[in-house]
Amino acid sequence: MIGIEHYLTTASILFVIGIFGLFLNRKNVIILLMSIELMLLAVNINLVAFSSYLGDLVGQIFTLFILTVAAAEAAIGLAIIVSFFRNRGTIAVEDVNMMKG
Amino acid sequence: MIHNDLNIILPEIVLSMFAMLILLIGVYRGQDKKTAILTFSTAGLMFVIGVWMIIDSSLSEAAFNNMFISDAFSRYAKALILLSSSAVLVMSLGYMLRHNLGRFEYPILIIFSVVGMMFMVSANDLMVLYLGLELQSLALYVVTSMRRESLKSTEAGMKYFVLGALSSGLLLYGASLIYGYSGSTNFQAIIASLDSSSVSLGLMFGMILLVAGLAFKISAVPFHMWTPDVYEGSPTPITAFLSTAPKIAAMALFARVVCDAFYVLIYDWQQVVAIMSVLSMFVGAIAAIGQKNIKRLMAYSSIAHMGYALIGLASGTVLGLQAMLVYMAIYVVMNIGTFAFIMSMERDGQPVTDIGSLTQLGVNQPSRALAMLVLLFSLAGVPPLVGFFGKLYVLRAAYDAGLIWLAVMGVLASVIGAYYYLRLVYLMYFGEKQDASLDVVKSPVLSGFAATAAVVMVVGIINLFGIESAANLAASSLVN
Repeated sequence: MIGIEHYLTTASILFVIGIFGLFLNRKNVIILLMSIELMLLAVNINLVAFSSYLGDLVGQIFTLFILTVAAAEAAIGLAIIVSFFRNRGTIAVEDVNMMKG
Repeated sequence: MIHNDLNIILPEIVLSMFAMLILLIGVYRGQDKKTAILTFSTAGLMFVIGVWMIIDSSLSEAAFNNMFISDAFSRYAKALILLSSSAVLVMSLGYMLRHNLGRFEYPILIIFSVVGMMFMVSANDLMVLYLGLELQSLALYVVTSMRRESLKSTEAGMKYFVLGALSSGLLLYGASLIYGYSGSTNFQAIIASLDSSSVSLGLMFGMILLVAGLAFKISAVPFHMWTPDVYEGSPTPITAFLSTAPKIAAMALFARVVCDAFYVLIYDWQQVVAIMSVLSMFVGAIAAIGQKNIKRLMAYSSIAHMGYALIGLASGTVLGLQAMLVYMAIYVVMNIGTFAFIMSMERDGQPVTDIGSLTQLGVNQPSRALAMLVLLFSLAGVPPLVGFFGKLYVLRAAYDAGLIWLAVMGVLASVIGAYYYLRLVYLMYFGEKQDASLDVVKSPVLSGFAATAAVVMVVGIINLFGIESAANLAASSLVN
């Protein structure tokens, strides 16, 4: 029997993987975008699981909003990456280092 | 029903319709040639709606199934947001046109971000909170990297984007836990489901994550790492905007979340907010000392100022919130004046941000240096300028709420912080003579804003222009 704990555990594991992906990744900025997406999807699993558990639709509506915003966010993120690439010629995370201090 | 709801969000509707209209005008007619007129009309409309928010004195009303609320608190914050954005738009236009940044998208993106902020301060539901926050942030990511050909600007945009997305991820995870453990996303329903004697771990965890996400937006330590880089990299008018309106919106949202949805748990969030406040004040004061770039310095300065505003929030009383609101108003005026000065820092026609270029300004351009002197003293909190009274206000609120240690820390941090403001004054008046000095920039708008802000810092000590009573009304509509 799969209960709400299983969903919450999966979501929290995905969320933590997303955060670690954001901090440990030194290679490519695209991986950052993937990690961000993973975090948002973990939240969606959480919301849908709670929504079904509580018998309340709000969580699913919230999920739809998050999906929409995540799409807009990814578009803006890619646009910024493209203009960064035009200036720097690379999108390696370790090259995002003009400003320090 | 829907009629009444639409009436309540009329200011937001007017602004977003206007944004879409000028988007059409910009695309079909004239492109960038129309930037000046579009920017001015945007600033004018924002000013009008800001004044409307000030004179509107209706009671609190909720719309759309209690998701959106319009009360004295949200109107106070909206008035500050609209008036400061309008001021930033007017003063940035000259700079944008001079430095090849006069794109017509600029006022449009600023409007969208302002509409997002207006939704943030009126949010009464986790969904509206999230949508407002994202609308504001997404527009800001774009304007930050608006100087497409500059490596610094695009890098700033990228850092802001990645860390901003991380913070909204944390905030959302917190929101999902709150929803699950309290059974609702509405603030009143959340507080009704809370029982201060036994709080579930999930709810507590959710609240902490939500607070962490909001702390990112107001750049409170330990969530401040993006601030100096983004402030340094983005074009100066954008930095001026980032340091004013979004800070008010995020602070107001923070206050509404902790006071409306979690007031029962005051002893839990009070500690978190107090610790963030102390850390912000000290990190802001100490890290600014070594900075050579005035925009980075202003970033640390705004981190420290957010620390002081958080003192008021940590008190959790009506007086504390009132102090926080007054402090934010004073902070915004000081920042607008200072950034008007920074925008007029040029050498050989190129903008400079190195603080070494300020040397001998007191001799070469005494009136500009005097305005900056007053603003810097006010930022440092030197009596008898208005900045001092803002600090006094929050410290008194902390004292009254029994947080004496927090007030003592505030005083200590402000003594350390005074050093770097005074160093700028020292450079302007007694710095070593250099060959290259700042140009005399003939911009009546920028000098006007800097001078007005400086005059406000002196004249405002009489009665703070009556914002105390407005802030009191706003604070008591939130805490009761």
